[in-house]
Amino acid sequence: MTLLMPPPDQASLDGREALVAALTRLLPAGAVISNRTALGAYECDGLTAYTEKPLAVVLPQTTAEVAAILALCSARGVKVVPRGAGTSLSGGALPLADGIVMAMARFNRILEVDLANRCIVAQPGVTNLALSQAVAADGLFYGPDPSSQIACTIGGNVAENSGGVHCLKYGLTTNNLLGAELVLMDGTVVRLGGKTLDGAGGYDLLGLITGSEGLLGVVTEVTVRVLPKPQAAGALLIGFADIAAAGACVAAVIRAGIVPGGMEMMDRAAIHAAEAYCAPGYPLDVAALLIVVLDGPDSEVPELMAAVSAIARAAGAVSLQETRDDRRRLAFWAGRKAAFSAVGRLSPDYLCMDGTIPRRRLAEILTTISALSATHDLRCVNVFHAGDGNLHPLILYDANVPGELDRAEAFGADILRACVAVGGVLSGEHGIGVEKRDLMDTMFDATDLAIQQRVKCAFDPAGRLNPGKVFPTLHRCAELGRLHVHGGKLRFPDLPRF
Amino acid sequence: MVPTTEAQLSDAVAAAAAGGHRCHVTGRATKTGYGRPVEADAILDLSGLSGIRDYQPDELVVRLGPGTPLAELEAALAEHGQCLAFEPPDLGPLYGEAAGQGSIGGAIACNLSGPRRPRFGAARDHLLGFAAVSGRGELFKAGGQVVKNVSGYDLPKLLAGSFGTLGCLAEVTLRVAGRPAGEATLVVGGCDEIRAVDLLNRLAGGPLEPTGLAYLPAVVAVHAPHPLTASAAVMRFEGPPGSVAARLLHLQAELAGEGALETLEGPASAELWAALRDVASLLPGGARQIWRVVLPPAAGGRVAAALDAALPGCQWLLDWGGGLLWLAIPPKPGAAAELVRAVAGRHGGRATLMRAALELRRTVPVFEPEEPALDALSLRVKRAFDPQGVLNPGRLRAEW
Repeated sequence: MTLLMPPPDQASLDGREALVAALTRLLPAGAVISNRTALGAYECDGLTAYTEKPLAVVLPQTTAEVAAILALCSARGVKVVPRGAGTSLSGGALPLADGIVMAMARFNRILEVDLANRCIVAQPGVTNLALSQAVAADGLFYGPDPSSQIACTIGGNVAENSGGVHCLKYGLTTNNLLGAELVLMDGTVVRLGGKTLDGAGGYDLLGLITGSEGLLGVVTEVTVRVLPKPQAAGALLIGFADIAAAGACVAAVIRAGIVPGGMEMMDRAAIHAAEAYCAPGYPLDVAALLIVVLDGPDSEVPELMAAVSAIARAAGAVSLQETRDDRRRLAFWAGRKAAFSAVGRLSPDYLCMDGTIPRRRLAEILTTISALSATHDLRCVNVFHAGDGNLHPLILYDANVPGELDRAEAFGADILRACVAVGGVLSGEHGIGVEKRDLMDTMFDATDLAIQQRVKCAFDPAGRLNPGKVFPTLHRCAELGRLHVHGGKLRFPDLPRF
Repeated sequence: MVPTTEAQLSDAVAAAAAGGHRCHVTGRATKTGYGRPVEADAILDLSGLSGIRDYQPDELVVRLGPGTPLAELEAALAEHGQCLAFEPPDLGPLYGEAAGQGSIGGAIACNLSGPRRPRFGAARDHLLGFAAVSGRGELFKAGGQVVKNVSGYDLPKLLAGSFGTLGCLAEVTLRVAGRPAGEATLVVGGCDEIRAVDLLNRLAGGPLEPTGLAYLPAVVAVHAPHPLTASAAVMRFEGPPGSVAARLLHLQAELAGEGALETLEGPASAELWAALRDVASLLPGGARQIWRVVLPPAAGGRVAAALDAALPGCQWLLDWGGGLLWLAIPPKPGAAAELVRAVAGRHGGRATLMRAALELRRTVPVFEPEEPALDALSLRVKRAFDPQGVLNPGRLRAEW
């Protein structure tokens, strides 16, 4: 499927050489990439189905440079796409033909480890894992742990409000972010939050920019809190003969007030793929497998494990292994962690979807996915952050077979529509980006979207920062200001899409 | 105006905007003294949008009208062994109102939180989605009904703590939590604030998962519901009763040399933390100014000591392991504001004048002033939702 992006601005395309010259004057040597071949490295992010070469890539190293670049681009009417490590699965860092990419890779220093206040001040290009490593010797860790944590950066985590398998207990990025420095598209620098848990009466712009997918500003510094490592951890590996029983077990654990450190589910296809890939010792005769990690004080973990074990048996578990041994627990996890790679061996390509549903609708949505799999004639493997209802159906396809990518995308869109129809959302942690952009109106009506776009106008009135992402239609801010929407209906319901 | 449906609310705001009116938006009007005085010619009372609309204990999610009394919500949750993890305080009595009258909408609009804040967050962290009416009279929604959601801007974070200046809440969806089966508190008596904050932070950085870490100087501790005879560092643990007991035992051994140890079990512990949450022990003593100062936690003891020395007759307590200072001082003109903010600011903190006479709240910045660029950005955000300044004008900033 060809992705419709905003029509490129001819003046920006024509002005490429002059722009590159101006950026080169502005920045130290080596901070501007304009060679067509070198630009290839930036032509896509983790959503590799779409590629585009930008006008240029800039690699700033200081806040002042970021501000100067944005001010320059504002003055010249050039669009800017911010980029962390480029691991986005939704195309958030997909370049624009008439824009530059601002790659934050050189913002790679941890500025302060404040053990007394249990926080870290870091530049946005620091990887997620490096934050935890910086305080590991002191018995602390950074909570959100997306599966790309070796590579993904904290700046990108802020942009996408990244979660991970432990976010059920330890929160998402937004719950762990204390402060940020943000540069607006016009070059203005603002500081949000600090080392305190609350502000004192200002709007929570820190909360607003978290998950804003690079549309509101460029983060140049973050302050995150770090948490004490749990004293003990145990894990249960629970097999079920049918998905519904597994779903009922998840609901019962939650209902009992237990907050696991992680609670993951895999379907039969995912179990078999993982076992074939790294032999974690999963039972192969079950329809669904739950991995439940319970962590906390020494005095609490055994009690919680006994409680979950009893719940699982009552829910009809057909196999149950439990361990308090670190190596075995990590082995339980290994299969889940490798699930995406394992599925990669089943198929040349796959699309990873990311809807969230109310947990009680799990069995129903998996039945729907199974039916859609038949309709679209493509296989689908399900891994699932069961504790918080976040589904990751992996749709298997072969990009070399004409039409398969289109079918895979249509299948994915149908899954997300089904998620919204049962009271869920389009994206739990990967963001809307370009991937789910055109589905936004299944969740939001015209008024909802107009309000969100007015927020964008408050930060970036000319719409030059990462346009074409998140919102299915672009409006001029002046037009949004005049817009009167009633009952969710615009006066001009068929505004063109790009 | 007391709308009882979303459509009525939307019509009321649209009519106010068309007629050039300005609305004082309230939930159950128990915290009208929180913030700058609103300059309005109409009252928009959301108490008619009341009641629980959907509660799914298995999902840990509840959807309800913003005017629902907090007490009603908490009672409904308690029936299923659940609670609001952010432990919203009852600030009514701080403003001279009766206890137990506040609404959930008010708790969200003020982004309230209690002693569990460091561990479980504030109202902002529990608001999953909402419907609201903008200053243009448009009914809109944002967020969702699920915990994990990156679909569009996180407007729930923005609306929480916006004091009704961006939109009138019409419906809110919250995440709820299991109510801990047991609780107990360890009291370490007789230590000063510097040593206490060190101790509390040692605990906060350790693996025992405390859910409350506070310090009360002797003059304040004697007003606690379970009267304490000396200054007290207090540490709460919640969870399965066996685990609570084991952790307490462990800590008692570890802190044997730190001071006089005392244990508060079950209801005695709950009462103490409810009083801390509501700042009840600072309320006796008449019309004192009350400040709420947020701090990097390790600075709590030093800031308290500095303010104690500089403000004769003041009383204070520390919550959040030192990250939150509540301060009551005898009525004073503006100078106290500058002093409090200067001391807090030196340590990376920020201060809100929670309670003061109307005239003072008109002249002294109630909320921490922001840098000009941030203030300008905040105003643009305000205008995006409410271009004519219909909703709660003056409450956050004198200019808007």
